[in-house]
Amino acid sequence: MDITEYIELVFTDYTLRTITLGTAILGAVTGMLGSFAVLRKQSLLGDAISHAALPGIAIAFLITGAKDSNTLLLGALVSGLVGTFWIRGIITKTHLKSDTALGLILSLFFGFGMLLLTFIQKQPNANQAGLDKYLFGQAATLVESDVWMMAIVTGLCLIVMLTFWKEFKILLFDADYTKTLGFNTKIIDILITTFIVLAIVLGLQTVGVVLMSAMLLAPAAAARQWTNSLSVMVFLAAIFGAFSGVFGTAISASQNNLSTGPVIVLVAAVFVVFSFIFSPSRGLLFKQIRFIKNRRDLELHKTLAFMHHIAETHEDISHPHAIKLLNNFQGYTKNTLRKLVEKDYVQLQGNMWSLTKVGFETAANLYTKQITEDE
Amino acid sequence: MSSAQIEIQLIASIVAVACAIPGTFLVLRKMAMISDAISHSILPGIVIGFFITQDLNSPLLILLAALTGIITVVLVEYIQKTGLVKEDTAIGLVFPALFSIGVIMIAKNANDVHLDVDAVLLGELAFAPFDRLLIAGTDVGPKSLWVVGVILLITITLLILFFKELKVSTFDKGLAASLGFSPAIIHYGLMSVSSVTTVGAFDAVGAILVVALMIAPAATAYLLTTDLKKMLALAICFGIFSAIFGYWVAHWLDASIAGSITTVLGLVFLLVYLFAPSKGIIAVMYREKQQQTEVSLLTFLLHLKNHDELEERHVNHLNEHINWQKVRAKTVLDLAQKNNMIHIEKNIVSLTKKGDEFTSKAIDYIITNEDAQIEDMKDDFFLFRG
Repeated sequence: MDITEYIELVFTDYTLRTITLGTAILGAVTGMLGSFAVLRKQSLLGDAISHAALPGIAIAFLITGAKDSNTLLLGALVSGLVGTFWIRGIITKTHLKSDTALGLILSLFFGFGMLLLTFIQKQPNANQAGLDKYLFGQAATLVESDVWMMAIVTGLCLIVMLTFWKEFKILLFDADYTKTLGFNTKIIDILITTFIVLAIVLGLQTVGVVLMSAMLLAPAAAARQWTNSLSVMVFLAAIFGAFSGVFGTAISASQNNLSTGPVIVLVAAVFVVFSFIFSPSRGLLFKQIRFIKNRRDLELHKTLAFMHHIAETHEDISHPHAIKLLNNFQGYTKNTLRKLVEKDYVQLQGNMWSLTKVGFETAANLYTKQITEDE
Repeated sequence: MSSAQIEIQLIASIVAVACAIPGTFLVLRKMAMISDAISHSILPGIVIGFFITQDLNSPLLILLAALTGIITVVLVEYIQKTGLVKEDTAIGLVFPALFSIGVIMIAKNANDVHLDVDAVLLGELAFAPFDRLLIAGTDVGPKSLWVVGVILLITITLLILFFKELKVSTFDKGLAASLGFSPAIIHYGLMSVSSVTTVGAFDAVGAILVVALMIAPAATAYLLTTDLKKMLALAICFGIFSAIFGYWVAHWLDASIAGSITTVLGLVFLLVYLFAPSKGIIAVMYREKQQQTEVSLLTFLLHLKNHDELEERHVNHLNEHINWQKVRAKTVLDLAQKNNMIHIEKNIVSLTKKGDEFTSKAIDYIITNEDAQIEDMKDDFFLFRG
């Protein structure tokens, strides 16, 4: 199947269209909210919440006996929120640290959820089949109403975010200042957390409990590398998330036996790796290039300083010296010499070099004035 | 109890102990989430190992999977070192990616692999007794019993051998380094033990519940004691108790053993979290309330010391003036009187000699602001606490 054929199929085939749209919206909303989670240093909260949502799904099923996904997600939302606030309680009220609190709630809630799920499975007459799709997610089970649900939540999320943008932003970067300005930080905090939980719960059906945290983190971590502005980061994260969804769906649809969730996560991981390496200001590649460049500059300066040191001993600064003199010196290479000539700091005559007037002055000022403006 | 039941409980208890030991150190070193990451990211290691050995209990598979666990730790630390993202984000990025690779590898080879993601994640203790280890034709017990038994033995040996080193490097990395044992070696040693334990236990209780067995007993014990040896002992006790009690809950509910062990762990934690003598929620809240009243008392005494005028010291005037509600004003007044800090004459409050002395010292404390001092002072002066 080639690409044009696939794109055509996306628009004509109901299932594929629903899934693509669903994963795209999901990626966008988790990317958006994930930015806040990452910046608030709550990256692993997503992991804990998604696991903590499991007993809620089981309890909602036990109470209603129905498999309506909205009811189940409501249960997930409630138990996710309970988990989140319990984590907060453990961190603030006891001396247990946040990692312990997260791991604790994550595993205990999940274990309890598993107990309930297996208990439900043993019940007679229960149409329980399909509850375990929330474990690993099954994008294929998305129907149009689910997508509508996601779209509505995303819209709501956008509205709230735009309305409280200023408050969110200031709380993110300076919580104490926010308090002194008279904002109720608790309410803003709860608002953000609730929306993060909501986004996670929405994604459970598609990518499942285990991989949900990556959906939250990966687009945001990738977006973080490209910008220092919050609005741009949120926007980029949404785009990365949406593209992870679309590409992931496409790849898993074109192969047999590939579940969508893991593929989406891997696509998102590729975005992250790409951003880590190629981001212009923070990326590893450019950092390395800058590092090498700085080292070269340093070598150039060292050579120049060394030459200056030699030239100083003569009355005539442009008195020629043998290149051999430089050979034992670490910073010296043919390249540095050529660069020095290019800059007009040095003149070459056969095997001899001599400092020019400009070169001599630059070298003399090298350490006193710390001139670093040359490349 | 049939012999299978005894064997299941034995395996569960051994797993619990084997997890509780590294778990205690993980909790103390604030690396609890690393165990979660390891438990997920060993999946590709397990799958590759399974392709090679076709046996979930083979030592090679355990080694391969443990290696993946260590790769995870190294990757997380590498990403962290680049400074591009925070540590917790690094953890959150690495393990879902590795886990996804594992899931995809299983899915692509679903036909020739007798391996189920559910089984890896959740484990099934109930089947453990059926996989017997035969040595020269004689049945010497279930395979997983031997696997976790060996792991426990190694863990305990290492714990006894390196207890001092572990202790020092956990609480004071700098001191450990200056004493000459490399914190890095101990760190990776602990990570290796955690990985091996996770792999060995995942077959029995599943990857996610390994995390519960590692963190929950240790966290519960940490709420009860600050002594490392006691904490280890308590964690082990909680682990064994939950394993055995959890088994019977599962038996009674006819549900997943691993799930009910975790649930019991959760209940134990909840109980301790609420009722622990000095660090439980109720104790903490009580103490906070007490401190609040005592601070109010202090404010009140300072007010008295600062004002000689009669109208400022009238009982009814006080709750208007310091802006306290009646009930609170009464609590504070009663407390002050009980402690002989004030005496009330014709509704005029004045400081006693003791009250005056206390207040002077309190002013000193406020100026120097040394936290420890105020508690000693309270011990010296208070007959009754707030």
